[in-house]
Amino acid sequence: MEFLRPATWQEALAAKAEHPTAVPIAGGTDVMVEINFDHRRPDHLLDLNRIAELEEWETGEDTVRLGASVPYSRIMAGLRTELPGLALASHTVASPQIRNRGGVGGNLGTASPAGDAHPALLAGGGAVEAESVRGSRLIPIDDFYTGVKRNALAPDELIRAVHLKKATGPQQFSKVGTRNAMVIAVCAFGIALHPDTRTVRTGIGSAAPTPIRAKAAEEFLAAAMDEAGLWDSGKPVPPAVAKQFADLVSGAANPIDDVRGTATYRRHALGVMARRTLGWTWQQYRDHQGSKSCA
Amino acid sequence: MGITRTPTSLTQSSATRGGIGESTLRPDGTLKVTGEFAYSSDLWHEDMLWGYTLRSTVAHAAIVSIDTSEALATSGVYAVLTYDDLPTEVKHYGLEIRDTPVLAHGKVRHHGEPVALVAADHPETARRAAAKIRVEYDALPVITDEASATAPDAVLVHEGRDDHHIGHVPHPNIVHRQPIVRGDADRAAERADVVVSGEYVFGMQDQAFLGPESGLAVPAEDGGVDLYVATQWLHSDLRQIAPVLGLPERKVRMTLSGVGGAFGGREDLSMQIHGCLLALRTGKPVKIVYNRFESFFGHVHRHPARLWYEHGATRNGKLTHVRCRIVLDGGAYASASPAVVGNAASLSIGPYVVEDVDIEALALYTNNPPCGAMRGFGAVQACFAYEAQMDKVAAELGMDPVEFRQVNAMEQGTVMPTGQTVDSPAPVAELLRRVKSRPLPPERQWETTEGADVRALPGGLSNTTHGEGVVRGVGYAVGIKNVGFSEGFDDYSTARVRMQVINGEPVATVHTAMAEVGQGGVTVHAQIARSELGVTQVTIQPADTQVGSAGSTSASRQTYMTGGAVKNTCEAVREKVLDLGRRRFGSYHPAWATAELLLEGGKVVTDGGEALADIADVLEDDVVDLELEFRHRPTQAFDLRTGQGNGHVQYSFAAHRAVVEVDTELGLVKVVELACAQDVGKALNPLSVVGQIQGGTTQGLGVAVMEEIVVDPKTALVRNPSFTDYLIPTILDTPTIPVDVLELADEHAPYGLRGIGEAPTLSSTPAVLAAIRQATGLELNRTPVRPEHLTGS
Repeated sequence: MEFLRPATWQEALAAKAEHPTAVPIAGGTDVMVEINFDHRRPDHLLDLNRIAELEEWETGEDTVRLGASVPYSRIMAGLRTELPGLALASHTVASPQIRNRGGVGGNLGTASPAGDAHPALLAGGGAVEAESVRGSRLIPIDDFYTGVKRNALAPDELIRAVHLKKATGPQQFSKVGTRNAMVIAVCAFGIALHPDTRTVRTGIGSAAPTPIRAKAAEEFLAAAMDEAGLWDSGKPVPPAVAKQFADLVSGAANPIDDVRGTATYRRHALGVMARRTLGWTWQQYRDHQGSKSCA
Repeated sequence: MGITRTPTSLTQSSATRGGIGESTLRPDGTLKVTGEFAYSSDLWHEDMLWGYTLRSTVAHAAIVSIDTSEALATSGVYAVLTYDDLPTEVKHYGLEIRDTPVLAHGKVRHHGEPVALVAADHPETARRAAAKIRVEYDALPVITDEASATAPDAVLVHEGRDDHHIGHVPHPNIVHRQPIVRGDADRAAERADVVVSGEYVFGMQDQAFLGPESGLAVPAEDGGVDLYVATQWLHSDLRQIAPVLGLPERKVRMTLSGVGGAFGGREDLSMQIHGCLLALRTGKPVKIVYNRFESFFGHVHRHPARLWYEHGATRNGKLTHVRCRIVLDGGAYASASPAVVGNAASLSIGPYVVEDVDIEALALYTNNPPCGAMRGFGAVQACFAYEAQMDKVAAELGMDPVEFRQVNAMEQGTVMPTGQTVDSPAPVAELLRRVKSRPLPPERQWETTEGADVRALPGGLSNTTHGEGVVRGVGYAVGIKNVGFSEGFDDYSTARVRMQVINGEPVATVHTAMAEVGQGGVTVHAQIARSELGVTQVTIQPADTQVGSAGSTSASRQTYMTGGAVKNTCEAVREKVLDLGRRRFGSYHPAWATAELLLEGGKVVTDGGEALADIADVLEDDVVDLELEFRHRPTQAFDLRTGQGNGHVQYSFAAHRAVVEVDTELGLVKVVELACAQDVGKALNPLSVVGQIQGGTTQGLGVAVMEEIVVDPKTALVRNPSFTDYLIPTILDTPTIPVDVLELADEHAPYGLRGIGEAPTLSSTPAVLAAIRQATGLELNRTPVRPEHLTGS
């Protein structure tokens, strides 16, 4: 196994072009486990740790350009306002040591359905900035996950950053594991209210071959809230609407039975998380509306 | 002649600091916390090779052929060994029954069984070479449970058994069976106003020690081998290793290396023989370190069990009878199964008075992973079931579950189902009273002024609830565990103690073969030597086989046994020192002849506190050096038909109260508090005592809510051999554990102490289960509880 250590982003892109099967490694929290468990032995490892710009983020007018290697601990500490869903998801990633090393680029590169960042990315909305010696492109997050541990990257492409929409409303993230910390998801759910567009977006983790959105649930909820004028009135979401939303989220999942849980439980738990997180975000939205009207 | 006495008065004395009863700190504590401590996986030798073990990928199959040629031809490979390369006629080992092949012969009996060994100059080379070994398997039917094991046409896991249990077991796929019959359960059942029965299932728990199996074997010039290894009992290893190597025991010199936890999982051999074989074959030092994945196949686990119970009681709450049947899955090899059966049977009804019992416990041979010793050793599985039963009977009677237990609690003088009278304190009712009388943690303890603290809720940081669906439950349990090796085993420990003057100061050196696996024996030995010999400086020598056996670091026995041996040898050393004193100074003071003399604070003192001489002056250049064995009271085998016999040395008791919050919609559990009360006889080191109790409590919590090795029932393959999917409690899963320590002396034991390591592991699990049952109203006859069991999905 050869260990490539490019000093610059351009060198990294050149190395990836030369060795398209090279596996990029940053924090190593996923790749090293794969290697230690002998699940894969790549010919080349492409070490991105010398490329400082991958560990930076820029906050623009509407978006955050989050470097692929920004560790979860810094997302938790520094982007709680702009990316609340991702900050909550980051908090559930493994242990403090892993959160100090791992970043969103790794989750996207591995594209495991169990990656903690995915539901928050899907719910918040955004795009993956992929780059190669051929040039740079933005892959919408909705199009990024293409199969079990597969993504839309070309063999010569590296993830430079993710462009994430700054939150315009409350976001929540919730994950079921059989331990109260440091646990891989049995299933996970992300939700983001987008009052600017009067839409709701969702993300489901560990309950389908890829991370997915519950689109039917989103559309149902947006329509129901519009119809009832809830965005303006700030009235509570009727329980029947919340239940229908939860059922649609459950229905969107396509889970399996495995050693971590049953398919039936995953569907059930997703429904519970969908109902609860909708309740929390809507309460946050109402509190915010209330404080605005008081001001 | 002056009479020396057990210096219990010294425990409160300030004359010799750091003696028994003080919370002296572990000598290895800071090193371990700062990462400086050298574990066996850190061993290193110039020019050493790395060993690697090829393991079976199937659970039960005939080996048609093994082709090692490609592996042998790999550059950097020094040796590839299979069964055919074993040097002597002894090709099997085992704790009690030598049924385990050093390398698979003819067939493999479980997933992960060692098939071949490779030594190479780099661990990766060894691994790659092993991958080139071609093993052709021919699948055999898989035996996975009692039905498949004892079916009329069942394939025998071991053919041609000639061990001493085969004569009394009903089927060759049963390792050992122990009935216990006392009184007349049928007649007693007629007196019962309520009869409650239940079937319970206990999952396979792993010891999950953090330091994986590892060691270093160094060939010696005399044709022997020096083996550095993390183990629980050096001399038991030695007895199994030497014959396979064809070496006399004196040529296999073993030294304990840094042990990263054990919990029973290091009682059986792992890399010991393999490392020595490769070292002797290559003439080079060989190191073997398992990774985490391999570790799950490198040691035995706790027996999973199925248990059937029937309890009867009168309307006023008195138990009339208990019938039970406990089926333990021993897996492919016997390991400690026979002794686990004896424990499960003899402790099967718990710490209660029941005169009429009909008990049966047995262990199966199957193709599941081998199971053997783990903290609690048969008593854990039984406690889970009988405590569930006690709650069910109490509910049926409309009685408070604690009061019902207290009404039936055993005490000193109670006769066990085995006919053995409990002849030291058994404060079962008092332990329950103590945990019950504690104030409960406040309701809705997760609420803060800034909203819900998710860390205090089920799901923790995963943010699954802010209080929705959360219901509190409270549960109680109490258990009984034996201490020391039972059933007539000649259980002894050896201690060598030397006393001499170094730089003008008396110094004691303690040498034992006791495996320090984290229990704190090295701390306690120094405390004992200080108390007995009045010295400040005590050197604890590394544990090795140059001194007599210390027995196993298991069965809660080491402080009792090797601690007892150190005390015993120290007393003899003290006598020698006092004899020297009398010879040298006897004529100067009449007290030398008439008073009780002690060694305290570096001096010979009378029991009246008068100092007669400095120990240094008494010793001068003399060295007092003794090695003595220490034995506990002899025990008896259990009768094979009736189970009668004084089988145990000592009993140990702990009670728990669990307070849990259950997210009833998601099936997630937060254990908020696990209060424990335990009688320890005498706390030699109170800090260590509390640490042991908290650790055992947490291990019991683990198997209540998360810990289980999942074995596929069709293939007998292990599905979760990693810490990603075999979960153990984190600090966020570990509740507050208030500990109430009783010290009711057992007059038969050194200092009156009681072995403590295992009892808290017993009652913790059923207390948590009882609390979850109270919160959910569900029956929950299986542990660990998984979310889908609580949500019905």
